Amino acid sequence: MGNKAEGRVPHLQNHTRTGLPRIIPLGDSAASVLFEAAVSPQTHRRVRAVCSRLSSAPFAGMLEFVPSFHSVAVYYDGHAVLKAYPQYIAPGEENYPYPVVAALLKDLLKHTEEQEAPAPRTVRIPVCYGGENGPDLEFVARHNGLSVQEVIDVHSSADYLVYMLGFAPGFPYLGGLSPAISAPRRSSPRLVIPAGSVGIAGDQTGVYPLETPGGWQLIGRTPLALFKPDAMPPVLLLAGDIVRFYPVSFREFSDMGDERL
Amino acid sequence: MSLLIMKPGLLTTVQDLGRYGFQQFGVIAGGAMDSYALRMANLLVGNDEQAAGLEMTVLGPEITFAAPALIAVCGGGLAPMLDGQPLPLWRSAYVPKGTRLHFGRLPGGCRAYLAVAGGIDVPVQLNSRSTYLRAGIGGHQGRALRSGDVLPVGTPSRRAAAWTERLARGSGAWQLDLWAGRLNRGLETGEFDNRQEAGRLNGGLETGQFDSGQEAGRLAGKLGAEVIAISSWYPAPALIPEYPKAPVVRVIAGEEYGLFSEESRRRFLSEPYMILPESDRMGYRLSGSVLELEQERSLVSAAVTFGTIQVPSGGAPIILMADRQTTGGYPKLAQVITADLPLLAQAGPGSAIRFRLVTLRQAQEQLMQREFELRRLRLVLEHM
Repeated sequence: MGNKAEGRVPHLQNHTRTGLPRIIPLGDSAASVLFEAAVSPQTHRRVRAVCSRLSSAPFAGMLEFVPSFHSVAVYYDGHAVLKAYPQYIAPGEENYPYPVVAALLKDLLKHTEEQEAPAPRTVRIPVCYGGENGPDLEFVARHNGLSVQEVIDVHSSADYLVYMLGFAPGFPYLGGLSPAISAPRRSSPRLVIPAGSVGIAGDQTGVYPLETPGGWQLIGRTPLALFKPDAMPPVLLLAGDIVRFYPVSFREFSDMGDERL
Repeated sequence: MSLLIMKPGLLTTVQDLGRYGFQQFGVIAGGAMDSYALRMANLLVGNDEQAAGLEMTVLGPEITFAAPALIAVCGGGLAPMLDGQPLPLWRSAYVPKGTRLHFGRLPGGCRAYLAVAGGIDVPVQLNSRSTYLRAGIGGHQGRALRSGDVLPVGTPSRRAAAWTERLARGSGAWQLDLWAGRLNRGLETGEFDNRQEAGRLNGGLETGQFDSGQEAGRLAGKLGAEVIAISSWYPAPALIPEYPKAPVVRVIAGEEYGLFSEESRRRFLSEPYMILPESDRMGYRLSGSVLELEQERSLVSAAVTFGTIQVPSGGAPIILMADRQTTGGYPKLAQVITADLPLLAQAGPGSAIRFRLVTLRQAQEQLMQREFELRRLRLVLEHM
């Protein structure tokens, strides 16, 4: 609840390119570093560079950061910030940490310009397409005037970029789905979708990490666990990864077992 | 030491202050809905504020203590009782082995927090003991509590052990309120050998003959009777929130505030909104005036947080609560200030709420002030 289901990647209207990110508050306990509202590999690289900088040189009082398509939210403990950076506090603003955080982030961004985002990993994800694992595969084929095999070929031949994780633990927002196999959401969402289900909705594809309700067209299922609460990091995919799906038979899928169990 | 869950109540889960550091992986923060009440409960039993307690919703559980313990219940809506006698909220109490904690209803609030000295010692998963229901991790087996569950309790702090001992003896620097409930039962069942002494203690308690707990405690000790003891001290009234049924909740403007029509913004800040029944730990759905953007806008998913007020295209706002998702794509109209999140957490379905706009600076000054007060209380407690 409380969210656009499965985080659609929308078409954007204003691609004003100012270059410099803005810093704005996200409530009273976080700040956002905001790039122009574009879903593009270029913006993604800048977001990753900021994250990389925040990881290697966090400011005192920083709690964590959350990258998304064109912004990085930075959570902070105001008390700790004020205590650590008295030199940044303007007179009369002893109880007002946000300007200090904004100044610290501005400093950090200065140093980020030169920095390269780390090289991407490629993660290969086996998918058992169709059948009970992908009950909507035939619909997607029909909708696009393709054969089932053609949908599988198109889906498993692209490199997908993980822009961000959200919606559910380890849920990847992927870019790079071919328009040739796009399909609308189901008119009535399923109440239960098994974890590992691979789906298509509009211009995006993704994998459900948890058993949830959902409206995507399901074309297959992977035996890999995308959310691994006992591992570190607790997810299979990271922002910046390249994902490649590859088809496996039902037999191979069953033999791989279910990591989640 | 452990807690035995006799009845689970409506929704009782293990919660701490949340699971931080993993939101970049899509793992929600979770944690107590009213974190202030949990922090206070922890402070009152000598715990670290981060310790895990039980979040109890609307209908409280029934719990038996398998060993003596120091406990506190904070929050609202629930009326705790120890062996049938009321335990005031926001106070610590010593409970002997076998004491039964159960709950009635109180007006004001809908969530209470039980802290036990030593904290609920379920395994830490991803830096937290909080129950994350949808992913089935954290807490007790990743789920809400059920009858028959046994929850381990950790080792109390040295401070907690000292308080416990003093309270149990009915002596020390504190005035104690002792009561006769257990004693009465003990007399009836012939649990006490010295009926005369027991009768004297009982009578004394009933007539208020003892002006300090000390004497009563001494008598109880002589009898070998274990007595529930409630601390007479409690946090300053200014530190104990009231939870109005129809709270005014302060907000600061969200990223897309300016994209909403002037009329919508005016209505949002002047008309009441009702919390709908289909609200939960993840989010509050509101009914009231429909809110519209000046012009329809497509947004890209970005981070959202506790208290973010999003408005989907239908125009009915949703306030994201403790179990919110890490990211969302709806326009962010406003953000409830952190200092007022407890009011919201305690306003249950059916409550009417109103919003008042403040500046970020005012919000942060409020928050810093509250943290300052908590820090001061912690210091006082450390020297007690």
